[in-house]
Amino acid sequence: MKLQRKNRLRAIAAGALAVSGALVLTACGSDDNSKESNGGGDSTKAAGPIKCEGKGDLLASGSSAQQNAMDLWVKNYSDECDGTKVNYKATGSGAGIQEFLQGKTAFAGSDSALKPEEVAASKKICKGGQGINLPMVGGPIAVGFNVSGVDKLTLDAETLSKIFDSKIKKWDDEAIKKLNPDANLPDLKIQAFHRSDDSGTTDNFTKYLKAASPAAWPHEPGKAWEGEGGQSADGSSGVSAQVKQVNGAISYFELSYAASSSLKTVALDTGADAPVEATVDNASKAIAEAKVVGEGKDLALKLAYDTKAPGAYPITLVTYEIACDKGNKADTAEATKSFLAYTASEGGQTSLKELGYAPLPAAIATKVRDTVSTLS
Amino acid sequence: MDIKPTSPTSPPPQDQPPLAVDKAGSTGTAARPGDRIFLAFSRGSGIALLVVMAAIAIFLTVRATRALTKNEGSFLTTFEWAANGAHPNFGIAVLLYGTVVSAVIAMVIAVPVAIGIALFISHYAPRPLASTIGYLIDLLAAVPSIVYGLWGALFLVPHLEGLYKWFDDYLGWTGIFEYNDGTPRSLFTIGILLAIMILPTVTSVSREVFLQVPKMHEEAALALGATRWEVIRMSVLPFGRSGIISASMLGLGRALGETMAVATVLSTSFDIQPSLLDSGGGTIAQNIASGFKEATDVEGSVGRDALIASGLVLFVLTLIVNGAARMIIARRKEYSGANA
Amino acid sequence: MSNITVNKSADPASAPQLSTLRQARLPWWGPAAPLALALIIGCGGGALIGLESKIQWGLISAILFVVFTYLLTLKVEGRRQAKNQLATSLVWVCFLLAVIPLASLVYETVDRGSTVLDGYFLGHSMDGTQRMLAGGGVYHALIGTLEQVAIATLIAVPIGLLTAIYLVEYGRGKLAKTVTFFVDVMTGIPSIVAGLFILSLWIIMLDFSYSGFAGAMALAILMMPVVVRSTEEMLKLVPNELREASLALGVPKWRTIIKVVLPTAIGGITTGVMLAVARIAGESAPIVLLVFGNPAINNNPFEDAQSSLPYYIYEQWQNGNEPSYDRAWAAALVLIAFVMILNLVARGIARWKAPKTGR
Repeated sequence: MKLQRKNRLRAIAAGALAVSGALVLTACGSDDNSKESNGGGDSTKAAGPIKCEGKGDLLASGSSAQQNAMDLWVKNYSDECDGTKVNYKATGSGAGIQEFLQGKTAFAGSDSALKPEEVAASKKICKGGQGINLPMVGGPIAVGFNVSGVDKLTLDAETLSKIFDSKIKKWDDEAIKKLNPDANLPDLKIQAFHRSDDSGTTDNFTKYLKAASPAAWPHEPGKAWEGEGGQSADGSSGVSAQVKQVNGAISYFELSYAASSSLKTVALDTGADAPVEATVDNASKAIAEAKVVGEGKDLALKLAYDTKAPGAYPITLVTYEIACDKGNKADTAEATKSFLAYTASEGGQTSLKELGYAPLPAAIATKVRDTVSTLS
Repeated sequence: MDIKPTSPTSPPPQDQPPLAVDKAGSTGTAARPGDRIFLAFSRGSGIALLVVMAAIAIFLTVRATRALTKNEGSFLTTFEWAANGAHPNFGIAVLLYGTVVSAVIAMVIAVPVAIGIALFISHYAPRPLASTIGYLIDLLAAVPSIVYGLWGALFLVPHLEGLYKWFDDYLGWTGIFEYNDGTPRSLFTIGILLAIMILPTVTSVSREVFLQVPKMHEEAALALGATRWEVIRMSVLPFGRSGIISASMLGLGRALGETMAVATVLSTSFDIQPSLLDSGGGTIAQNIASGFKEATDVEGSVGRDALIASGLVLFVLTLIVNGAARMIIARRKEYSGANA
Repeated sequence: MSNITVNKSADPASAPQLSTLRQARLPWWGPAAPLALALIIGCGGGALIGLESKIQWGLISAILFVVFTYLLTLKVEGRRQAKNQLATSLVWVCFLLAVIPLASLVYETVDRGSTVLDGYFLGHSMDGTQRMLAGGGVYHALIGTLEQVAIATLIAVPIGLLTAIYLVEYGRGKLAKTVTFFVDVMTGIPSIVAGLFILSLWIIMLDFSYSGFAGAMALAILMMPVVVRSTEEMLKLVPNELREASLALGVPKWRTIIKVVLPTAIGGITTGVMLAVARIAGESAPIVLLVFGNPAINNNPFEDAQSSLPYYIYEQWQNGNEPSYDRAWAAALVLIAFVMILNLVARGIARWKAPKTGR
């Protein structure tokens, strides 16, 4: 019995140690990353003044295409505004809209505008109003490739469609040769990678293929891949990793992934006088061609995928922030408005360029600012 | 010296009669208050667990029914998964095939190897080495599946290409081992990866079971001049059979439900490839993870519900497999352990 | 103990046998020679024919080794010994085959994870960092994992243990059958489905906010069947003699279970619980749905968004750039170390609680 009592004591001691250890542990972490990280942080400092209004924790979720932009905005915003914390989770547009419509988040980020039935559902959450689309950031979708011995590649929409639909199977195909008379194309199988998960990037890419070469791309554009054959991988990170690994690979992803994995990207022959490279500026030119199709305060855009304007890179993606025009959640409405006002502001937009995003064209940006200022 | 080992079924390792260990609650004898409280607690836990599980089952069935009634394709035979939008059209066939095939490959590879390692730890390895290895294996069960996924995508896949070409050369005529120049990110790769993943789980439980084999059985066999293998075959394996099956079921459960590792490695497509080595196909859990991000259940859309319906299929599948395993164990219950 | 006994009988040198009865034995280099031969043929042949994959070399060598030892023993020692030898070499080959990928996995994780793992990484969150750049840490995720796993364990282990006790010690009739049935079904539940269930019930229907606790409930659901299944198996292995002896002494059944049955099986139960903890510690799907994820530190698991290690790893992998990969591997290393320490502690307790006799 004595032995047992000793055991019990030891058990209690061990338990106490564990609990106090855990308590100590909870006190020693730090949220302050200002010192060591982000060496380039100063250069991306907010260029304009940030108006801080409202307080509280903003939860938001949605498109992963805008996560890098959000990181920067959140950092700049919370540097200025002490009372507000913004937590943006990149789970995908659909999940973001879903969480917004469940009334759990302050706003959603999405690669595509709300569908009519989603607008209808949003009326339950937005007391007296409805969900609206605010275009906030655009960017090029690059087509990255990895073919040994080939540094520059030009393709047009038709060839691209055929490659991703497994109609063109070798890199030294006549159609590719014709567009690249100088390139040393090998007799190598094309490994076309698409996303295995549903995604807004796939949606925009296939919309481009459909709009620019309807004959060569017979499938309906959508978030899930419809093309014939090819290989797939999970997420932009997955496909870009595959392109890096596999000789003969080609795939599509946001420009920032091409940059961070140092992958070569395809220049597009859009029918303009010279092939267009996937760059931020070229994407801005294409987005400037977009038309606002939303009604009232809704600013949903229709992108001009088939643009032939010189220097305009047509495979672009515009992500929206989705919030209520009226009746945002009472406790976070002010802060949401203030944060979105910052992201749409001159300073918020121009700080994005070096992250691989295209700032909104002035005309659209002005409309967004006007709309944000009326949110309630 | 040439003693023919008797078949493993004839000597019941635990040969005492199943004495009536008083099953409190079933006999009428008045139990002590302590007993009654304890029984109430343990039965209460069982019921609590039951309630949770039943709630989940109901939840799944309700949501799945919603999706299935709206499905415009056939759930069993459609080779497509387009559950979002106004005209949902989806079918489970490809996913079910992929799930079963990859899990079977994983089990075929993992279970014998795991039993081998468990025996190695319990009966072959030198003592100090054995406990270290046992510990390391337990540790590997702790590696999160996303890490297996990363490792699989960055390390395993590039190493398999040569092997698959080799299979293609010598076994290509069978059809199922044909390899047409893709990337080796096929159901077979998934099977191998899942095997590596579940190996620690199966090994750990089997090892614990082997260590419980009554000393006397082994020593009796040894005294009769049995070789080490005969000892294992006559006393260890029959004794541990139920445990091995349970361990395998735990492993199988993990293999069937594995999401992230499969999603990171597999190259998916909605068709059934005749060859195991060609990339394509998908698994139920992987499809849930891949489709979930953009699936909504807003106002009539059944994207999420359709995924839940596929989850329900996984349930039924697990149920069938486990039921079969239970039957095997029950048939041999008299040999399976002390508590007949 | 057993191994020594077994080894003695199998070891020719130490068996004091009469020379007339002694069978022919292979010399000490018995297994070594076929091994060397198999390796030479496997690797040499592989290199000569130009097989690309090292995996093939290994497989060929392994098969050759097994065949050579079998044939050699068959020739020298006879059929029974050859079979024994075959089993021995198969077990060794199994072990080596399994160790190679697992070792490579561990090596890769340690190698890549140690590049950014330091005090700063452990002590800081990701708040205010940019995912394309280096910097930030894992502290917020570590706290989240600690708290969520602890809560899940506190919910699941008592229920699981008691259920297993009920099934093994008391279980007869319909209730036990039904419980067994549902436990079996639950072992294959995809984690995302458990997450969805809690999401609909707790967050949407009952309108609670995202929190670590919500995630812990989903984790507990995933954990319970594993605990029940493995505990059940271990309790079944406790010899009935022990129960009978205790009951015969007049000890009440519940004390018999607590003082005799559980301590006897504690080693196996601990292994089972640790396997369950290991499984849930690596789950990211329920976290995404229920805990939301949070780049900043939140010490309170009952309120507001948290993060967790597996979710953190997944997040970093999705970022797809080098600094993020480094962080992902480092976090994986932290997670493995966390489970390893837990495992060590649990085994220590098990050893200390287990009866001293026996193995």
